[in-house]
Amino acid sequence: MGTMIIDNKKVEFSNEKNVLEVIRKTGIDLPTFCYYSELSIYGACRMCIVEDKWGNIFTSCSQLPKDGMSISTQTPKLRRYRKNILELLLSSHDRDCTSCNITGRCDLQKLARRFGIEEIRFGELDKKLPIDDSSHSIVRNPNKCIYCGDCVRVCEEVQGVGALSFTHRGSDLRISPAFNKGIGEVNCVDCGQCRTSCPTGAITVKDDREDFWEVIWDKNKRVVAQIAPAVRVALGERFGMEAGEVTIGKIVASLKKVGVNEVYDTAFAADMTVMEESEEFVQRLTSEENLPLFTSCCPGWVKFAENRYPELENNISSCKSPQQMFGAVVKEYYKEKDKEDGKETVMVSVMPCTAKKAEAAREEFEVDGVRDVDIVITTNELARIIKEMGIVFDELEDESLDMPFGLASGAGIIFGATGGVTEAVVTRLLKDKPDHTEKQVIFKNVRGMDNIKESIFTVDGREVKVAIVHGLKNADDLIKMIKSGERYYDFIEVMACPGGCVSGGGQPSPVDTELRKERAKGLYKIDRTSFIKSSDKNPIVSKIFEDMLKDKKHLIHVHKK
Amino acid sequence: MLTSEMIETVDTIINEHDNNQSSIISILQGIQREYRYLPEEALNYVSDRMDISSSKIYGIATFYENFSLEPKGKHIIKICDGTACHIRKSQPILDALRKELSLSEDRITTDDLLITVEMVSCLGACSLAPVVNVDGVVYAKMTPSKTQALVRKIKEGQLSEDN
Repeated sequence: MGTMIIDNKKVEFSNEKNVLEVIRKTGIDLPTFCYYSELSIYGACRMCIVEDKWGNIFTSCSQLPKDGMSISTQTPKLRRYRKNILELLLSSHDRDCTSCNITGRCDLQKLARRFGIEEIRFGELDKKLPIDDSSHSIVRNPNKCIYCGDCVRVCEEVQGVGALSFTHRGSDLRISPAFNKGIGEVNCVDCGQCRTSCPTGAITVKDDREDFWEVIWDKNKRVVAQIAPAVRVALGERFGMEAGEVTIGKIVASLKKVGVNEVYDTAFAADMTVMEESEEFVQRLTSEENLPLFTSCCPGWVKFAENRYPELENNISSCKSPQQMFGAVVKEYYKEKDKEDGKETVMVSVMPCTAKKAEAAREEFEVDGVRDVDIVITTNELARIIKEMGIVFDELEDESLDMPFGLASGAGIIFGATGGVTEAVVTRLLKDKPDHTEKQVIFKNVRGMDNIKESIFTVDGREVKVAIVHGLKNADDLIKMIKSGERYYDFIEVMACPGGCVSGGGQPSPVDTELRKERAKGLYKIDRTSFIKSSDKNPIVSKIFEDMLKDKKHLIHVHKK
Repeated sequence: MLTSEMIETVDTIINEHDNNQSSIISILQGIQREYRYLPEEALNYVSDRMDISSSKIYGIATFYENFSLEPKGKHIIKICDGTACHIRKSQPILDALRKELSLSEDRITTDDLLITVEMVSCLGACSLAPVVNVDGVVYAKMTPSKTQALVRKIKEGQLSEDN
């Protein structure tokens, strides 16, 4: 508590953790590259410098607010320094802006414009470092790196993975995986959180749009798309709409315009996952084997567990993730029809997630040369496809999803937010389905953005302990507590990204807790207004289980090679 | 490949430092003393055992000039390139040695892992410039031919400490 003087104005502060937060509260958008409220303070980019009354200059992000402190955010000296820093950053930066993947959304570009840098006094670096495209999910271009360290910190602090680190020294300084390997060859889990925090084009999502266009133009292909829940509450942001605004109708309309033949809902497959996973859970509860059951929907988490806790293999649900289940079912569904029409069905999934690209490419998801999912594009890639087509997204008339796989319950939709899978599975297992008001009470501890959420439910007279984690560091902490015997659970939902799929690596960024909440709110709103409340009430899911999957259950389970 | 001997050796070093994360540099030094370089598999083992990401360990190993990720020779020849040695012609010594041993700036160790040739900053013996340091022993006022003779001695296994 206290009062500061910022640019000759008195400002009250209370629990702001640094001077920068106080300054931003007063409506001054002090520039930063390396400051994220959710990460540790690094103070590397020096853009948030301020000057005190004695002419001392310091970074406001790394200074505690003090009572009586007097600072200026704009002085001739500060302006000169900031411009100088920007010029130096640009001097060693690949200046190929026009063809950069993130041009127009690049923080370096934005700040260079804001500070009117029109000429760089320093020459360009002639040494070009190789581009790392070893991964299915992300591409690293070290020539565009400004060494803010955001990716290093998010990977270590939020995800507990530590795939990237600062290596070498001085002018050889680099950000690199261990032993200078490709990011696809190390313990990276493909979550793409490094991408969402990268201020430049140094880390981008692997672009699969060309593959998409190729199948669109191919007359012999039946292009079937599935849209993941979280896409519909974030895509609008790229077109000036509010976070959480549900745009599924416009997404369908634009995909139809682009030339996709059938547009379905991944939430349909989420309903199937709920049915299969809850059955698996009940079986395990009865046999008391392989508990706790960990969810398997999130490929980032699955890979993390494989890397760090291979002994948990039997605890992770054997169900395929909704994306893969969907692909397997669609390919089976169109098998005969493809023969009749002389066509080949191509499964395109639109995902909020970069790890889904890597998941689709895993070898166990291919049967007799047929892949469950052929092409994965992220929310951001879809936005670029729509822009490339010249579709005025926000003015599009809504269109409805196709049948049969466009029908999903509200329970399937909330898969996109942390706690959603748990809520759907528990709702499925409860005999008396709760209405929305009751749900808000029952699932109070399941929803929301707390790091580790716990709840207890009664299923068939047995008390079931449930935990929900999001962010892999939290998952790691939880597993350590379970291993030490400190905690016990029967069911654990893990989502690799903080907040769940709504803030996946393929979503518009940057993202903070408020934005995550807004997007999640959009999903819960769909749930509230959907007429199918529980996955077991989805008539098409029941029919698929009765007919197609009657003796083909193996299609929706993982069989590791 | 991570052998059981290597696990045992690395375990001993880690235990000497009570598995303390902040002793990572001393642990890496211990490993380097043992193997004359930092083998990748040993570092990965340290990463698992000490819960430090292998990328971070790699970052530490590449920050300090004294850590090597490449196997080094049995004998290490350091040629001083401090100011005094430089102006007294240390470069020709280096060139001659590299030529003699078919080495280069990027390839500093002979294939038989017998000799490593390194250019280093000031060794602090400027009055004896140019100096060469072989396995910790300083040789004063060197010339290309004197150094070549030294290498021949190493090859013949005749280099003794009292030289």
